[in-house]
Amino acid sequence: MKTGDRKFFAMMTLVKSKLKTFIGGIHPEDDGKLLTKGKREVSSTLPSTVYLFMSQHIGAPCKPIVKKGDMVKKGQLIGEAQGFVSANVHASISGKVVDVAPWPHPITGIKSPAVIIERTEDDSWIEGVNENFDIDHISPEEIKQRIQSAGIVGLGGATFPTHVKLTPPKDKVIDTVVMNGAECEPYLTCDYRLMLDKPHEIIQGLKFVMKCLGCKKAHIGIETNKEDVYTLFKDVLSNEPQIKIDLMEVKYPQGAEHQLIKALLNREFKPTQLPLEVGAIVINVGTAFAVYEAVKFKRPLIERLVTVTGNGVENPQNFLVRLGTPIKQLLEEAKATEVANKIIFGGPMMGIAQGNVDAAVTIKGTGGILVLKDARQWKSHACIRCGRCIDACPYGLNPSELSVMCEAKEFNLAAENNVMECKECGCCSYICPAKRPIVHLIKFAKAEIAKQRVKV
Amino acid sequence: MQEKVSMSNQTQNNNALIVSASPHIRDMESIPTIMWAVVLSLIPAGIAGVFTFGFYCLYVVFLSCITAVITEVFILWLRKLPVLSALKDGSAVVTGILLAYTLPPSVPWYIPVVGSFFAVAIAKHAFGGLGNNIWNPALAARAFLQVAYPAVINSDWRTLTQHGIHKLVHNITQVGAEGKLLDAITRATPLAKEAGAETYHLTQLLMGNIPGCIGETSAIALLLGGMYLIYKRHIKWYVPAYYIAAVFVMVLILPPQVATPWIKNPFYHIFAGGLFLGAFFMATDMVTSPLTKRGLIIFAIGCGILTVLIRFYSGYPEGVCYSILLMNTATPLIDRFTKPRLYGTKGKKA
Repeated sequence: MKTGDRKFFAMMTLVKSKLKTFIGGIHPEDDGKLLTKGKREVSSTLPSTVYLFMSQHIGAPCKPIVKKGDMVKKGQLIGEAQGFVSANVHASISGKVVDVAPWPHPITGIKSPAVIIERTEDDSWIEGVNENFDIDHISPEEIKQRIQSAGIVGLGGATFPTHVKLTPPKDKVIDTVVMNGAECEPYLTCDYRLMLDKPHEIIQGLKFVMKCLGCKKAHIGIETNKEDVYTLFKDVLSNEPQIKIDLMEVKYPQGAEHQLIKALLNREFKPTQLPLEVGAIVINVGTAFAVYEAVKFKRPLIERLVTVTGNGVENPQNFLVRLGTPIKQLLEEAKATEVANKIIFGGPMMGIAQGNVDAAVTIKGTGGILVLKDARQWKSHACIRCGRCIDACPYGLNPSELSVMCEAKEFNLAAENNVMECKECGCCSYICPAKRPIVHLIKFAKAEIAKQRVKV
Repeated sequence: MQEKVSMSNQTQNNNALIVSASPHIRDMESIPTIMWAVVLSLIPAGIAGVFTFGFYCLYVVFLSCITAVITEVFILWLRKLPVLSALKDGSAVVTGILLAYTLPPSVPWYIPVVGSFFAVAIAKHAFGGLGNNIWNPALAARAFLQVAYPAVINSDWRTLTQHGIHKLVHNITQVGAEGKLLDAITRATPLAKEAGAETYHLTQLLMGNIPGCIGETSAIALLLGGMYLIYKRHIKWYVPAYYIAAVFVMVLILPPQVATPWIKNPFYHIFAGGLFLGAFFMATDMVTSPLTKRGLIIFAIGCGILTVLIRFYSGYPEGVCYSILLMNTATPLIDRFTKPRLYGTKGKKA
């Protein structure tokens, strides 16, 4: 059904939908999830070489603690977190360090330090990890310590170190943990598959987070296009009254922190603020699963689910992938067609288009690789002031005027009009009939303003 | 760029990847789809016009559109802009139709030609083209014509037969509709305030077999088109709603200067004259109206108040055109004071 029709019928019924949601946002017409919805996770073949970046998270890059020629084992610490806002990096395969050298980073595009490991036959864990620990009497500090040493970051894509989230400032009280099962980004289904296959583990991970923070309440938000997950979780949670689960409207960006908290808890906070301002923290289901693995087995974060999909692959899959795997290998396994003309790290709304497939490797935040064979480039037109972007902006910005200001390089004016509050969710660019590259212009302006501020 | 991509595609695959900022998918709606939907929605009113006034109307609309398109091509060429893509977006056709709809059915041929040229060349492109114009091009041109050719625009439907060129056309319409139509167009417009001007029945006003401009007489046909645009979400329902409601209320509140039988009848004011055309198709012009919902509501109410003020207290019988133009002028001001609320804050500014 077309967006217009859907909204029209919603308007006609005049019944306010009981589903939880937020104001603004968009309904992408083709969400592409059907391609991989039915695909169970499959392990990709072990890569012969992995490239592990020292910076796979928000915050300070790690310091490599191995050197060329060293032998490492799976799960061994190879990059040590520098400072508090940083996350450890571990070897994802056993093998020999062939180099510690700069390598082009798939998100920033800039060459940044990476540890390159060539695989040896053996694929066993380093000692001390992968044991079944007693978790009944574990202390909150121990939980946090294990999460921190496992190098867990937000796996929804933001890659914010999780242990930092679990250490709120003293004056803030966190009363609710919100778990994001929305997976609002079109095409991606890795969270969906994880929720279907590992509900108990995810809930256990969530409970660890709750225990760590001393929270009594948790909310789980699921979009209505994943009703099977909802019923499954309802079942699993039948004896857990402290964990509430809600269905939410299918809308992008339903899974973003602000929108999720608005929908589930009806609390608002400024775009640049963190959820802890309103006494909540948000974790992704993938993160909850990683937390479970880290706390129960002391397994460091060395693999994750990656949806490889799009009309440019013949065999779309949800792969269980070791970090640092070259995406060339994944594309081969998914049978990428020769005519693909756009390869995106992440989903179609916020993903980063890759210029060079040969160098790109997966990192902790890679939830999907989208391969398109008929990607278009749009010619942009002057703004016709239709106001659709304003209706769509979930953060109450004026993308129309901001884009004009950024285009004219009036950065101070843009800053006055809250350009720095933009989260780059892409709703404005998506909906724009003049096909203006609004997010592109705003990203540019934000970078320029940040540069100016550093100078001053 | 796209050519380059396809060329290198054949030779070497991996170098041909498109790199662009997110998002990588876009909505299907574009400027052309919106503009052509507007054209489509204007067709019922045009059919009603031809039905009421005869086929000469079609000729006026056609002349107006053709001139608009030719002017668009010419100006784009002068400005060294891509001609074809701008032409395909259909905005020139919309301007042409809207202008023709605001003209009396029997205007001499040069009126739509001059008007269309003014609309596209001066009102639109002199200000920077689609998206940058301050006033609705069709209305600006209509105002220009009213000043430049007052005799033709203001009293044309009664001096029809004086234009020799129209006699022939008249004969055709007469044959086609057995004289009934001619009868309709030789009378005064429903909003005329002179003594002896006729009053019309509300059903007449709804159906549109009354004197008036080509596209404004049939309220039902305009409503049909307007509803289609609202359904397609190309216009916001609250703009025409608040505009019409404001007219309704103002007619009830304000004391009129002249006493005609209908002057205090709000329904008469709503259905007669160009209010429906203005409310559904001109006040909703995206380019020249405010951006936010609050802004649009202020804009629509302002249009309504001004319309009644002009109808009651000025020399003009009709106030829709000037009220919208005046509110167009106020649009940047309205925008400045109706900024959207930054999420998570209460006040105007963060």
